[in-house]
Amino acid sequence: MTQATPRRLEFRDVAQGKAMRARLSHAVAQAGRPVTLMHVCGSHEQAMARYGLRASFPKDLHVQMGPGCPVCVTDAPEIDACIALAARGLRVLTYGDMLRVPGRAMSLEDARAGGARVEVVYGATQAAQIARASSDPVVFFATGFETTAVATAALLLDDPPDNLVILSAHKWVPAAMEIVAQTPESKIEGFLAAGHAATITGYGIFERFVERYRVPVVVGGFEPLDILSALVLLVEQVSAGKAEVVNAFPRCVSREGNKKALSALWRVFDMADGEWRGIARIPSGNLALKPEFAKWDARERFGVELAEAPPVEERASAAECLCGKIMSGIAEPNDCPLFGKACRPDAPIGACMVSSEGACRIWHEHGLGLR
Amino acid sequence: MCLGVPGKIVSIDDMVGVVDFWGVKRDVAMHIVDEPVAVGDYVLVHVGFAIRRIPEEEIAETLSFFEQMAAEDLEGLSPPGAPPKPGTEPEALP
Ligand code: SF4
Repeated sequence: MTQATPRRLEFRDVAQGKAMRARLSHAVAQAGRPVTLMHVCGSHEQAMARYGLRASFPKDLHVQMGPGCPVCVTDAPEIDACIALAARGLRVLTYGDMLRVPGRAMSLEDARAGGARVEVVYGATQAAQIARASSDPVVFFATGFETTAVATAALLLDDPPDNLVILSAHKWVPAAMEIVAQTPESKIEGFLAAGHAATITGYGIFERFVERYRVPVVVGGFEPLDILSALVLLVEQVSAGKAEVVNAFPRCVSREGNKKALSALWRVFDMADGEWRGIARIPSGNLALKPEFAKWDARERFGVELAEAPPVEERASAAECLCGKIMSGIAEPNDCPLFGKACRPDAPIGACMVSSEGACRIWHEHGLGLR
Repeated sequence: MCLGVPGKIVSIDDMVGVVDFWGVKRDVAMHIVDEPVAVGDYVLVHVGFAIRRIPEEEIAETLSFFEQMAAEDLEGLSPPGAPPKPGTEPEALP
């Protein structure tokens, strides 16, 4: 290769960025009306905020964040189930972002402050290492989308220790896209699909979606030029009245995806209906362990029920939280009266302000939408 | 939790590789990467698992795709005789 490989595979050429922004403005102008798109990934929101892309979008382009924050969509009863296991004296391992997400009565962090054994791990492999070094049961709270579920699956297929217990709250994003596309109030005219999720699933899974809902889907990566080029390809389709699947992240995404990862995923998990916090009960939206893995399944092993924690009255302020509407694409963080006032990163009310991948938190941290 | 990060493999021992994320080195599991990988390869990593070998030629292709996209003449994109409506011209770029 004659051209030096850019550091960290960063695609951030300023002149190209300017040209693409001009092209984006042009495409929106061609549409002759406001265009609303949705992305379904916290990493896209973070990248747009970090590189200041939102500020440079043409004013008639709206890019909303959909149900793309795994922490935000983990349902309160799922967190309650995890807290219930910790309350039985079990050692619980979780991804750090889950700590402060409110369950119905408390968060995992509150439970830890009350003496529960809650520890943060970086990933499934570390959870297995901890279990191997212990003789007591160790619960791994397995949250996240298909990309993260693949890591849990790989762990379960690699001779997992018997004392490792998985509480799966994994979720399958394509199912949630269907719900958004069916929402009658939705104005979404195109979807920017997450590049790393599509690395696993392949872009082929969007073909039926595009046929069914007649909206374009473009798979995009996470560098500024990846995002801009994907948006250009979406808006150009909208303007031309087209609806196709386009892969704008071909250095990682193929039509079939990562077959090895997919085969691991479907050897371990079945699709199941599941609640997505604040959005809806989503058919095939959750990933549940198959019966063959019952030995490692917290629900089988400890009979933990999602309804186990006694229902408590929600804090009054939590009722005003628009997180669910934001993730359904019918509101933005600054539509919430609590945004930046009662609800802030240091005093979060909803999950979208807790998580570093939540729209409210990202907007607040980058000063977007604050009045 | 949900972040894919590219890095370069600096060593590999069976199913565990050490990946250099430009200064930060971490152990990465290679169980589910899509193709055989070797030292020097770029991989996309998610929560401690490599999920894709990023081929050099694809990196070059991405660069030329961006170049081409940025270079396409905006004039050429407009249908003849249809200037953008007033107020919808591309905004001034910073
Ligand atoms: S600002 Fe807070 S309360 Fe409002 S929608 Fe976001 S997370 Fe919910």
